[in-house]
Amino acid sequence: MARLNSAAHLEKLRQLILDKNDGKRVVSVTNGTDGRTRHSEVVVQAFVNEVKKQGLAGKIVVKSTGCHGFCEQEPTALILPEAICYVTVKPEDVPEIVSQTLAKGKVIERLLYEDPVSGQRITKESEIPFYKSQNQTVLGNNRFLDMKKIDDYIALGGYSALAKALFEMTPERVIEEVKSSGLRGRGGAGFPTGVKWGFCRSAPGQPKYVIVNCDEGDPGAYMDRSLTEGNPHSVLEGLLIGAYAIGAHEGYIYVRAEYPLAVENLKTAIEQAEKYGLLGENILGSGFNFNVHIHRGAGAFVCGEETALIASLEGRIGEPRQRPPFPATSGLWGKPTNINNVETWATVPLIINRGARWFKNLGTQGSKGTKIFSLVGNLNNTGLVEVAMGIPLGDIIFKIGGGIPGGKEFKAVQTGGPSGGVIPRSLLDTPVDYEKLTQLGSIMGSGGMIVMDEDTCLVDVARYFLNFLAGESCGRCVPCREGIYQMLKILNRICEGNGREGDIESLEEIGQTVRDFSLCALGKTAPNPVLSTIRYFRDEYEAHIKEKRCPALACKELISYYIEPDKCQACLICLRECPAQAITGGKKITHVIDQSKCTKCGTCLEVCPPRFGAVTKLSGVKVPEPVRQGAAVTQK
Amino acid sequence: MTQELAEVGTIAGEYQGDRTQELAEVATIAGEYQGDRSALIQVLLEIQHQNRWLPKEALKQVSQNLEVSLSQIYHIATFYKAFSLKPKGRHSVTVCLGTACQVRGAPRLLDKVADTLKIKEGETSEDMQFSLDTVRCLGCCALGPVMVVDGEYYGKPTGKEVEQITSAKAIES
Repeated sequence: MARLNSAAHLEKLRQLILDKNDGKRVVSVTNGTDGRTRHSEVVVQAFVNEVKKQGLAGKIVVKSTGCHGFCEQEPTALILPEAICYVTVKPEDVPEIVSQTLAKGKVIERLLYEDPVSGQRITKESEIPFYKSQNQTVLGNNRFLDMKKIDDYIALGGYSALAKALFEMTPERVIEEVKSSGLRGRGGAGFPTGVKWGFCRSAPGQPKYVIVNCDEGDPGAYMDRSLTEGNPHSVLEGLLIGAYAIGAHEGYIYVRAEYPLAVENLKTAIEQAEKYGLLGENILGSGFNFNVHIHRGAGAFVCGEETALIASLEGRIGEPRQRPPFPATSGLWGKPTNINNVETWATVPLIINRGARWFKNLGTQGSKGTKIFSLVGNLNNTGLVEVAMGIPLGDIIFKIGGGIPGGKEFKAVQTGGPSGGVIPRSLLDTPVDYEKLTQLGSIMGSGGMIVMDEDTCLVDVARYFLNFLAGESCGRCVPCREGIYQMLKILNRICEGNGREGDIESLEEIGQTVRDFSLCALGKTAPNPVLSTIRYFRDEYEAHIKEKRCPALACKELISYYIEPDKCQACLICLRECPAQAITGGKKITHVIDQSKCTKCGTCLEVCPPRFGAVTKLSGVKVPEPVRQGAAVTQK
Repeated sequence: MTQELAEVGTIAGEYQGDRTQELAEVATIAGEYQGDRSALIQVLLEIQHQNRWLPKEALKQVSQNLEVSLSQIYHIATFYKAFSLKPKGRHSVTVCLGTACQVRGAPRLLDKVADTLKIKEGETSEDMQFSLDTVRCLGCCALGPVMVVDGEYYGKPTGKEVEQITSAKAIES
C-alpha cells in the first residue's frame, strides 16, 4: 500500500480500484454479528471456496459485509450489479448460487424472498416491501463494502469528503456547512451538531479532543454497532472532518465491551487508513495531523452519557458530573472536547460531499435528514430501517415492518429505550421527529423502536425498564438512586398483585421528582417509561391494582394456566412436558393442572396442539374447580 | 463487600499453585501500560479476558505496575459489569435481556438455560464447567432472544437446541 500524498493521489487510487473490479459480478454476504447468529461465516467461506472450485476466482468478488438492514432474513446474499437478493442462505445453497447466478446470471426462485401477503417471490432487493419505503443513505453503503477492505470504501468515493474539507474548505466553512444542514445529534438529545462543533472550536485551551461515542447501551438499538462493523471508514472519515473543523489532533473511539466485532473491524480500518496516510501525520499531504485510539468500555449503560464516558476514558468509574462546564470547554483531561455518536459522525461525510442543501431537503422543519431506527420486537420484518424524518410511525411499523405476526393486535411501540416512552395505537399517524416524540412523552433517543403486541403487559414493560435503570444508575445522586428504586418497588408490588390504592399517584409524584432533580440524563429521563405507560395505559395499572388482573395475561403472579376440560383430548403431551410435574390425568382421562405445583412456565400452553387449544391463561378470576378426578374426555 | 472480598481471597488462594504463568502474563499486560493510570480499565479487560475473572494477585500486580491503589482498582472492578471477582466456568453462557429479546421471550429462554445447566443467573456450576450470565443488550435485536456460548451467537434457540449446544460443550472440555 502506497501512502497517498494528495487529493489527486486519492482520486488516482480510486480509479485504479474501479478499473480492477470493472465488469465483475459481486456477491455481498451479510456477516455482521446478526448474521453470525445464523453462522454466516460458514456461508461466506463456502462462497470463497466454491468460487475457487468452479474456476471463477478472477471474475467474481465475494464480500463479507455488515448488515444491510433486513436482519431477520440474514444471512442474505446480494448479487450485484443485478441486485438479486437471496435470503436466509445456507452453506448447502452456495454451489448452486455460484454455478447458476454468479456464473450465468440465472435467478434461483426458491431462495428469493417470499412476500408473506401476496405469496410472490421478489427478485430485486429494492422491491422487497421492507426496503421499498426506506431511504438508506448512511446505512446504504454497507451492502457494497467488505467490512475489512478500505479499497471498497475508496471505490465508493470514500475519503473524498475529507479531501474536499482539507483542500477546499476552511475549518469555519466546514462548521457552517454542518450547521446549515440542520444535522442534530443522533445519540439521543438531538443537539445541533454544527453548533456543538463551533463551541468546541472557539473554546480556549489546547489540545482539543474529538470522541466517537459507540457505547450504544440502549437495549434494542443497534444501528451504531451495524455502522461501526459494516462501514467503519465512514465513522473515521466523519471524525477526521470534525477534528479538522474543531482543531483537534487526537481522537478516541469508545466502544461497548459487548461489541467485539466492531472493535475488530475498527482496528483493521485504522491500520489501513494509517497505511494510506489518511490517519497520522500530514494527512493527504495537507499538513493536518490526526491520531485515533480505541477504548473498550467495560459494561456500564451510564457511560453513554458524555461526562461519564469521559470519566471512563480517563480510567475512572463512569460517574457523570454536573454540566456546565460542558465538555466543549472542559472535557477529556479538562480540555475542550467534542463527543458525537457513531451515526452522527457517519453522516458528516455525506453532508460535505452532497452539500447541506441536499440534507436539508430531507426531513421536517426541526429534524433534518434521515435517521436509522432499529425496528424490533413483535413484528414480521425486523431489522434496521433508515427513513427520512417525518415519516408517520405507523408507516414504519406496518409498511416497512409488515405488521404484527400471528394475527395478534398491535398494542404499543416503545421508542428511545429506557429513557423513552411508549406510544399507543391511536397516535400512530404521528410523524417521527425529535419534537413530536418528546411531545408524546417519549423521545427519539438513539432510534430504538420496539413494537409490542397485545400479549405485552405495559406495567411489566415499565417494570422491566426501571429494573434496568436501577441496575445502571451510578448511584451518585439521590433522586436517581433512590427514586428509581422506590418506583421499581411499587411496580414490583403492582405486578405481583399487591398493588395498593394510591400507587399510581405515588409513581407520578416520585417520577416528577426524579425527572426534575437528577444530575444527568439517565435520571432525568428514567421516569419516562413509567409516566408514559400511566398516561396511555392507566386502565392496565388500575386492573392490576383493583382487580388483581393482568389484562395482557403476562404477569406471572396474576395469571393461572387452566386446561379446559371440554377441549382437552387427553393426548398426554402437556402432561409429559410439564417440567414441574403439575399435570395429572391419563390416557382418555382429562388432564388437570395442580395449581399448587404449577410454576407458570407456560410449557403446557406452548405444547398443546393448536387444533385442540385446550390450555388457556386466566387472570382476575378464580380457576374453575377441576372436573372429577379421572373423568373421561369427550372425544371429538 | 468485606465478605465478598474475603471470599475472593480464599478462592484466589486455592488457585495460587498454578498462577505463576498467569501472573507473568499480567505483568506483561500491565507492563505495556507502565505508569499510565488511565489504562487501568483496558488492563483489567485484558486480564478478565485471559483468566475469565480478576484474581487478587493479578490486581495487586496491576496496582504496582500502574501505581494505582488497590482500593481504586476494586472501585473500578465492582462498578463495571465486564469484570468478575469470582472464578468463572470454562464455558460462558450468556442470555441477552435487551428489550427486543425481552418481548420475544428472553425470560423463558433464561429459565430454560438455567434449568438445563442447573445453575441460576450469575452462578457457576460446581464442576466449573459453565457460568450463566445475562447481558443488557448484545445488539442482535432482530434475531432475539439471543444466547451466546463462548462467543458464538445463537438466535431464537429452542429448548432442544439449548440442550444440544450445552451438552456438546460439556463433552468438548
